[in-house]
Amino acid sequence: MAVPTGTLHLAAAIDGDGQYQAPYYVDLARLAERGTLDFVTLDDTFGPPGPGRGRLDALAVLSRVAPATGRIGLVPTVTTTHTEPFHVSSAVATLDWVSRGRAGWRVEVSSTEAEARLVGRRPAAPAGELWAEAGEVADVAARLWDSWEDDAEIRDTATGRFIDRDKLHYVDFESPRFTVRGPAIVPRPPQGHPVVAVAATDPVTWETAARHADVVYVHATSPEEAGRLRDQLRSRAVGYGREAGALTVLAAVAVDLADGEGAAGRSPADAPLVRPPATAGGPPLYRGGPVDLAELITGWHTADAVDGFHITPVAPRHDLERFVNGSVALLQHRGLFRTFYPGATLRDHLGLSRPANRYALEREAAR
Amino acid sequence: MSRQRKRIHLAAHFPGVNNTTVWADPRSKSQIDFSSFEHLARTAERGLFDFFFLAEGLRLREHNGRIHDLDVVGRPESMTVLNALAAVTERLGLAATVNTTFNEPYELARRFASLDHLSGGRAAWNVVTSSDAFTGENFRRGGFLDRADRYTRAAEFVAVARGLWDSQGTKGTPDGTPDGLRGGTPGGTPRPFAHTGRHFTLEGEFGLPRSPQGHPVVIQAGDSDEGREFAASTADVIFTRHGSLEAGRAFYADVKRRLARYGRAPEELKIMPGVTLVLGDTAAEAREKAVEIRRQQVSPQTALLTLEQIWGVDLSGYDPDGPLPDIDPDPDAQLAQGRVRHGDPLAVAAKWRALSEEKGLSIRQTVIEATGRQSFIGTPEAVAAEMAEYVAADAADGFILVPHLTPGGLDDFVDRVVPLLQERGAFRTAYTGPTLRDHLGLPYPGERRERD
Repeated sequence: MAVPTGTLHLAAAIDGDGQYQAPYYVDLARLAERGTLDFVTLDDTFGPPGPGRGRLDALAVLSRVAPATGRIGLVPTVTTTHTEPFHVSSAVATLDWVSRGRAGWRVEVSSTEAEARLVGRRPAAPAGELWAEAGEVADVAARLWDSWEDDAEIRDTATGRFIDRDKLHYVDFESPRFTVRGPAIVPRPPQGHPVVAVAATDPVTWETAARHADVVYVHATSPEEAGRLRDQLRSRAVGYGREAGALTVLAAVAVDLADGEGAAGRSPADAPLVRPPATAGGPPLYRGGPVDLAELITGWHTADAVDGFHITPVAPRHDLERFVNGSVALLQHRGLFRTFYPGATLRDHLGLSRPANRYALEREAAR
Repeated sequence: MSRQRKRIHLAAHFPGVNNTTVWADPRSKSQIDFSSFEHLARTAERGLFDFFFLAEGLRLREHNGRIHDLDVVGRPESMTVLNALAAVTERLGLAATVNTTFNEPYELARRFASLDHLSGGRAAWNVVTSSDAFTGENFRRGGFLDRADRYTRAAEFVAVARGLWDSQGTKGTPDGTPDGLRGGTPGGTPRPFAHTGRHFTLEGEFGLPRSPQGHPVVIQAGDSDEGREFAASTADVIFTRHGSLEAGRAFYADVKRRLARYGRAPEELKIMPGVTLVLGDTAAEAREKAVEIRRQQVSPQTALLTLEQIWGVDLSGYDPDGPLPDIDPDPDAQLAQGRVRHGDPLAVAAKWRALSEEKGLSIRQTVIEATGRQSFIGTPEAVAAEMAEYVAADAADGFILVPHLTPGGLDDFVDRVVPLLQERGAFRTAYTGPTLRDHLGLPYPGERRERD
């Protein structure tokens, strides 16, 4: 599937298990913003990820980060298994309002028995079932985001009407799993639809990713493997009536940047990218210097294997700093990566257009 | 003064989706843009207010099967807004109204603990319930609970949340660190949590260390007997709507008396009525402005709609400037959905009719007269004196101010009334601590036993 090599996209995780104070996250997000990255992500799970290592609610953290940053996209993980779709839709739309159009949402499920017991509403379910539900949550969220047309607020003093109620819509979503009547409480967010991300790192997620995501992460250790995964995901997306280019595919890489500038005696072509043991999960690990990482990124991108990279610094502060000051600076110097944000919203950074409102389109079509 | 002067507590309510907001005023700006929230919150913090308060919406109101279009419609989700406001304020408490009917305790306890951590101990939760199948149509939980079950679920919900907040140990007690992160490090020994009750069964380990306030402040609204009892047993602040000095004093005495039953001291629950205010350079000017504001809030259309909400029938044929309808309300009708109903429609109608006949009021005038909430109207000096009097007379511990303009509606109050309250010694001149509990003078919770 020939999609020409486009703009390089870079994103970084600012995860902080065991970090509970706002300045930690603000500093990392500002560092990433200094590198003009497209967005930062923050992982989440209901349960403690390990003994003595808790996580704050990711959407809360990135809402706290929003006014302290100016341009960078903010993509928290929000799980769909034990939450109410209506609340999820409202919270993500509100993150878009408070960040003035910089919100995304990484869709995730909660498949463990331990998480189910924390909430106590229903038992754990198989991943396939949960991902099908996650797709429905993404679907209803988008419908709710559209349930207000952009010009619904009229403040018409002549008739005393604050809104034109013909431009508000019931979504009437029904599935065996849940129903939502609508309309949303939150007016349509600045981006129309905040950006939807899915870690498409397991085939069980692929249908949901291809159908609903704007951004997907894949796990690959070679450009060939990454390119194959991107082709597969894009052809599935086309099967859902979407354009192939609607899906921005990023290679997820954990990075452990050594203190040197490059790994001695190794050519960039075989820069080390190691698949973690199956039991550990997680993205492939890059270990080396920031210059070699820039070489690797350049190589994969010019081979048109991926649209960019989502990096997870192993030591958040240290590795992100070296990534921004080393790898990103080099990519910018080579003209492969932007040096400033030409737009204001996350959709602008990703080169994604603002989606038309489905109800407005229907209304136009009915005329 | 023979007795020690009580300090007034003040909070700012971002005006919501009702006819308090005069959206047609040219000074009225967006009710959604973050800049509006930022302006009102910064104003409140400049005025050394205790907290900033957001209401909740879970379904757009309907009238006669159609979305209500006369008032402000739409608002962002509260906790997300408050987390963002934590970035642009330093001391102001941040209070979100969140329903116990359409949420689960673990998730909400985690979200409030997150807000408390991220704001350095400024989180508050206004606990509300919903009985409404209409609202339920937006939620997986769907249906509704009857009135009694709403309160038992809410009580169990709050107890479970507090159990979760306590489950990481309580040794992170206040240590007065300058950055306001008291108790912000994991204290004590994390222990597993288990609860089996009528409404909830959950177990596991809470994923967060004890937050700076230990327990985010709990606010509760409600005037019924169950509501008062629930507040006396669990709340730190009660949000009321008592109009007169006498009614306020009776409510105050009743609620404070109930606290002893739960082993609580009177100062452990702050009573804060929601009030509006109108300032003028003279008393006459303030009164004129107040009349004009009420006329803007209750347009002819709004007057008829308000009446229909009580009568439960279509009254569109009536003249808003004419007399009240002589027909009786239909008490079972559901013409208006998604708004709180106050009292029995037949009783309300009888009261309104009496008011209208006594004073010779039209429909619109009656609605204006009957639906106004407690309002301080006058010169800054008069308003300061009246507020201080209410608090000194034990009709309230303070007030939640509901401005009629977004977002500049408290500018004048902060610039002109707050200094006068300070001169009288009735209001703080600086924040004395970093957390909302400090502002409100509330104790830090010690270890609680998990309740069943």
